[in-house]
Amino acid sequence: MYNKPLPVPDADTKPFWNGCREGRLLVQCCTACGARRLPPERFCPHCHSADSTWQPVSGRGRIYSWIVVRHPVPDDVYGGDVPYVVALIDLAEGVRIASNLVACDVDAVTADMLVEVVFEAVTETVTLPKFRPV
Amino acid sequence: MWALKDKYAIVGTGYTDYSKNSGTTVLNLATEACLNAANDAGLPPEEIDGLVSFQFNDSVPATSVAAAMGIPAARYAVDIAGGGNAANLVILSAIAAIEAGLAKHVLCYRAMNGRSGFRLGGGRAMQAHGITQFTAPFGWITYPQAMAMWCRRHMIKYGTTTDQLGAIAVTFRDNAVLNPRAMQRQPITLDDYRAARPIVDPFRMLDICLESDGACAVLVTSAARAKDLRHKPVYVMGGAYGGGANQGDDLFDCLRWADHSENYAAYIADDLWAGAGVGPEDVDVAEIYDCFTYSVVAQLEGLGFCRPGEGPDFVQGGRIARDGALPLNTHGGLLSEAYIHGLNHVVEAVDQLRGDAGARQIPEAEIALTTAGAMTCGSALVLRR
Repeated sequence: MYNKPLPVPDADTKPFWNGCREGRLLVQCCTACGARRLPPERFCPHCHSADSTWQPVSGRGRIYSWIVVRHPVPDDVYGGDVPYVVALIDLAEGVRIASNLVACDVDAVTADMLVEVVFEAVTETVTLPKFRPV
Repeated sequence: MWALKDKYAIVGTGYTDYSKNSGTTVLNLATEACLNAANDAGLPPEEIDGLVSFQFNDSVPATSVAAAMGIPAARYAVDIAGGGNAANLVILSAIAAIEAGLAKHVLCYRAMNGRSGFRLGGGRAMQAHGITQFTAPFGWITYPQAMAMWCRRHMIKYGTTTDQLGAIAVTFRDNAVLNPRAMQRQPITLDDYRAARPIVDPFRMLDICLESDGACAVLVTSAARAKDLRHKPVYVMGGAYGGGANQGDDLFDCLRWADHSENYAAYIADDLWAGAGVGPEDVDVAEIYDCFTYSVVAQLEGLGFCRPGEGPDFVQGGRIARDGALPLNTHGGLLSEAYIHGLNHVVEAVDQLRGDAGARQIPEAEIALTTAGAMTCGSALVLRR
């Protein structure tokens, strides 16, 4: 049974997680000023408009920063996963996302490494967007 | 901007033992530290009429401590939801309250059983709500994991190395050896630092602060009232809080932070120094928020002690040692004294400015800087004797 933290979608984030379940990475986009934003929220922090749409993005980006988790917390949850990589990824469309880098030696990660999204269905209802080297 | 230079003062400090297992309640710790601060000032606890604290649901409310202390009329009781970022903000809040006429003698405290009780960042929340929907499901959960991401960005941008960070850990430990309050008093070397267990690259165990049970408190009042009390007042020259437009909830709410090689400090520097009427070159001793070695680097750069990217070189060669040009964290800091969430830095600054720091005293320390925070928001004070 999957025992790691699961997202609890709310009024603002539900479209994002629904998109992941359908294999699409969606980013919120302000209808009024066009600014893309992640994490999702009701009001545009640039122009305060409450109108937005969800746009599919390429799923491609570059590693902005990363960590290698070697000490698992909690150990009974992550003990079998260490070492693992968490990265901040700058998507080509101009927003930043946090995720895991998979299918990559943890010691081979480099800044600006090109990556692409892969979807991992971790439960019947939750699919997480993860990234792998291109 | 701050407009109250030298009009308020810290007149008392108090603390409990700092330990891994206090064996008592957080309320008892808070009350002990607050009573000690009042006694240190020579002020009867009955005259305390305000309390301010900060917490992450791991402490006791200001009203509870007021009742436990037998305060007859608490006129200002505030609990700020925050972490290290608030450790100097509590003092600014106390000053604002006194200036507004809401209270006269305000205690600021932080109390927690941070090791034996509620361990920050070690929580087992398996449901990720709010911002953590976009972080926790990827195993990005603990404080060290959060800050390591910022540190790595500094390394990418400037070539910072772990050996450079090691100088911070070694220096602060050297100070803690001389501090009877400190939880870690065994000297360490750079080799010890290199050999420490990797926790989350680029951090090893000795890059990461302690977890502590304990409490400390400082008593704030007007400069006029301070003159009547036991000690020479430690005046608040200046203070600032901030972090710009993307403070979020500080810890993991950093996806919109533009440049993770800099932190809140860059946003408060101008207000801080202008309000205090002095600059970095005037500081005799600085107690910098050191939840991690790296956070010291970002704050030194942000506050203008050196330029962006120069922090790792700045801390080499003994410059930050007790006999260096800028002694830092003379108590050992969060890394080696205790993790009382940064308020213990204010206690140490007061010790230094009063000349009460014993074997770790910086001779003729007149102006001290304290800082609080490491990521998207934080606060700082300039104090003088």
